[in-house]
Amino acid sequence: MNEKMKKETPLIIAAGVIIGIIAVALVYFGNPANMGFCIACFLRDTTGALGFHSAAAVQYIRPEIVGLVLGACILSLVNKEFKPRGGSAPVTRFIIGAFVMIGCLMFLGCPFRMILRLAGGDFNALFGIIGFAAGILLGVVFLKRGYTLKRSYKMQPVEGGLFPVVWVAVLVLLVAAPVFIHFTEPEGGPGAKHAAIAISLIAGLVVGALAQKTRLCMVGGIRDAVLFREWKLLFGFLAILVAAFVGNLILGYFHPGFAGQPIAHTDGLWNALGMALAGFGCVLLGGCPLRQLVLAGEGNTDSAITVFGLMAGAAIAHNFGLASSGEGPTANGKIAVIIGFAVLAVIAVINSRRKEA
Amino acid sequence: MKTVDARGLSCPEPVIMTKNALAGKESSYTILVDNVTAKENVTRFATHQGYQVSCKEDGEDFVLTVRK
Repeated sequence: MNEKMKKETPLIIAAGVIIGIIAVALVYFGNPANMGFCIACFLRDTTGALGFHSAAAVQYIRPEIVGLVLGACILSLVNKEFKPRGGSAPVTRFIIGAFVMIGCLMFLGCPFRMILRLAGGDFNALFGIIGFAAGILLGVVFLKRGYTLKRSYKMQPVEGGLFPVVWVAVLVLLVAAPVFIHFTEPEGGPGAKHAAIAISLIAGLVVGALAQKTRLCMVGGIRDAVLFREWKLLFGFLAILVAAFVGNLILGYFHPGFAGQPIAHTDGLWNALGMALAGFGCVLLGGCPLRQLVLAGEGNTDSAITVFGLMAGAAIAHNFGLASSGEGPTANGKIAVIIGFAVLAVIAVINSRRKEA
Repeated sequence: MKTVDARGLSCPEPVIMTKNALAGKESSYTILVDNVTAKENVTRFATHQGYQVSCKEDGEDFVLTVRK
């Protein structure tokens, strides 16, 4: 056991380096700038492609998502870690997931893209990281007060297997491209920028498997460092940042500054507040959007519900005019983020009644 | 021997429960978890706190014995 533990940190650093390199390579192969990976953006694009929102600039079925789920699923089957489970406050998780997405779309990126934005020289992401850390600390306060969504239970294999199957079906829809699937017109926005399907899919498979193996989680790094002085996950986070930074330098993608950054705005306060909402929500969920995809691939149906919540949040964000754009946040988006803090606070308080151990 | 039942819970909760239990300063504890991530995280935490941890599989569950 000890030998295995000694290898954990080098393993997650190596995984982080590979993931950072893959993220930069995806931009080289056609993904939007500083968006080799973005779980929030990619779920949002996929939600749009399926017609659940009609923001024409951001509609594309992202094979990276399919790959992440299947990569985690396949490796968990090989490792015998595929365990169908669920029943831990699914509706609560759905709602938290929706607000996490609204926070991410205020900032314009999930925690993963936040790192990639910083690695590309987008200093607006610094405000995001400050907010993200603050949101995590807020969540940790509730964890220390006994916050829990209660236990999950064993489920039937088919229940755990449905989520990966759904993503295979989504991949089929991408390849078959029937008329009812929406795709952003060429030059029509971020949705038009993507690597070839096979490249995106393989990138997702590799990153999904690495994330399954190492338990990589963007929110877990800061959370565990604060709670337990455990640094393992934070090393993964930092390895991605450094590898993507070096990759961006080599390929000439590093453009330091605040103004004119790709798919980003310069409103520091709302960049911070959006990521604070996301960080808070992710602690209440037990993991970042990437980790939710991976867990859902391992048969965790509570995480599967969370992913559907994220997608519902993306549809709501675009249908109600909540999502930011390069011009900045919207008034509706600011109201939604404030409502999000209120809703998550109520959920956190209600589920934090301390029980004598 | 104190028993902590963290089955069905995902991290960080099993580690928080372990941390709270270890504050009781007993000589040994049994921690029940049902997923590999929780097993690894509880083992790592308790080892870093200077405890010896041994693990036994019991069907779907893992029974961790934590001793000073």
